[in-house]
Amino acid sequence: MPSLQDKPLNTGNDEVLISAGNLGYTIRGQQILDAVSLQLHANEIVTLIGPNGAGKTSLVRILLGLEKATSGKVYRKPGVRIGYVPQKLHIDPVLPLRVRDFLLTAGRFDTARLNHVLEEVQMAHLLGSAVQTLSGGEFQRVLLARALLHKPDVLVLDEPAQGVDIIGQQALYRTIKRIRDRRACGVLMVSHDLHLVMASTDQVVCLNTHICCTGHPDDVSAHPEYLKIFGQAMEGIAPYSHHHDHSHDARGNVVPLAGEQAVVEQEADCHDR
Amino acid sequence: MIDSFIINALLAGIALALVAGPLGCVVVWRRMAYFGDTLAHSALLGVALAVSAELVPIIGVVCIGVVLAALLFWLERRRELSPDTLLGILSHSALALGLIVFSLIQSRIPGIDLMAYLFGDILAVNQAEIAWMLGGTVFILLVFAWLWRPLIAISVNEDLARTDGVRVELVRFVFMLLLAMVIAAAIKVVGILLVTALLIIPAASARAFSSTPVQMVVLSTLVAITAVFIGLAASFYQDLPAGPAIVVAAATGFFITRISSARYQP
Repeated sequence: MPSLQDKPLNTGNDEVLISAGNLGYTIRGQQILDAVSLQLHANEIVTLIGPNGAGKTSLVRILLGLEKATSGKVYRKPGVRIGYVPQKLHIDPVLPLRVRDFLLTAGRFDTARLNHVLEEVQMAHLLGSAVQTLSGGEFQRVLLARALLHKPDVLVLDEPAQGVDIIGQQALYRTIKRIRDRRACGVLMVSHDLHLVMASTDQVVCLNTHICCTGHPDDVSAHPEYLKIFGQAMEGIAPYSHHHDHSHDARGNVVPLAGEQAVVEQEADCHDR
Repeated sequence: MIDSFIINALLAGIALALVAGPLGCVVVWRRMAYFGDTLAHSALLGVALAVSAELVPIIGVVCIGVVLAALLFWLERRRELSPDTLLGILSHSALALGLIVFSLIQSRIPGIDLMAYLFGDILAVNQAEIAWMLGGTVFILLVFAWLWRPLIAISVNEDLARTDGVRVELVRFVFMLLLAMVIAAAIKVVGILLVTALLIIPAASARAFSSTPVQMVVLSTLVAITAVFIGLAASFYQDLPAGPAIVVAAATGFFITRISSARYQP
């Protein structure tokens, strides 16, 4: 099997924050993970991609300590702080909860600190809003802000862009990249779509029970193992680049663009600055 | 002229409302209504066992609650049967077993009245029981306040709470103990069969008017206290059974809040 494993692209801090060594995971006789090894360094974004049922969420949960692997080793740097954005968080409407209350479930923080993390995801105006009234994009950003409260060394994001429209997804991935740039934390995220995360990831790990291939996003997208899994699904779906005369905010509202330049890549959150 | 028994009843009722309001909110948030009901039904068995062993009833109720929770935990490990089915089985078999044990001790212990346990006998509470209830109320509220943040965190999402370092199983277990204590205290007031109503109706009434968890807890407690006052007044002046009157008062409040909340958006 050709290996694309190369050194992480980032320079500087090469300390391993979290790693999985030869993990195996079996539930009720079904093999979910097989010989999976993975490393996450500071200041590095690693994206896990793979089809449904590939074991992405299981791997993340094992790394977080929420599940126990059947075999293999999990390493977490002693004292490492992890911010987690889980997959599919649904808050029952019976629980009255403003964004402020939701953030405070993470611990005791003053309002300045809450505002600070919300500003980092461009959602400072939502502090007093009920969480159930937020759009998908707004809620995912609030989740991200909550994960930032404990000043994490590692962000673990399980499908952070779900329930977000395609324009909002690109903006969200750019926000995640910006957070990494500012905080120099390690980011491990799960995604189902390589093309959307390509621009904002350093390493891609393609998982399908075992690790099919890993490497730089450009290399992985041309890798035969990747194409074998995703090639068919991708046929007939061409990347769709087009020009816009407006932008969208996290709710999907149309926001006029400043200036006249045609923009191919939408900076959906640019109006906030 | 107000008799001392009505003052005793009021004190007992308010003590119960002060804990049923807050804990009821968590029961509603965590969808534990049926679990509360099962705990309440099993309480008869706890009372019967405690009385026959000459112990304070609350000890029996809490012990049976722990056994029940452990049994439920064990049964849920196999996933063919859903929790509501398992709770239904436990709830009714515990009640049936409680009725059998009760009938066995009835001949041995004169003056023990099944109906008082099933439907409450608040007008018969004595000073010692009130002292117990007031002390218990303070204790339960202190533990509840201490558990407040983790309780909200696990109501939002247990995995998220766990990664933040909350000891989810411990919090759940302690809350279950608190709930068993509230149920033990409530038996005298509204009775085993109506306990759950006093937990969930005030909380459900408060939801529409609350935009934060704290507001919901405060409003729920106020609704519970009001229901106790109205129910006891109805019982005193109209000679209605007190426990059911309190529950009907709470339910009336709930329907009134439903109608008025249609025009109110928090």
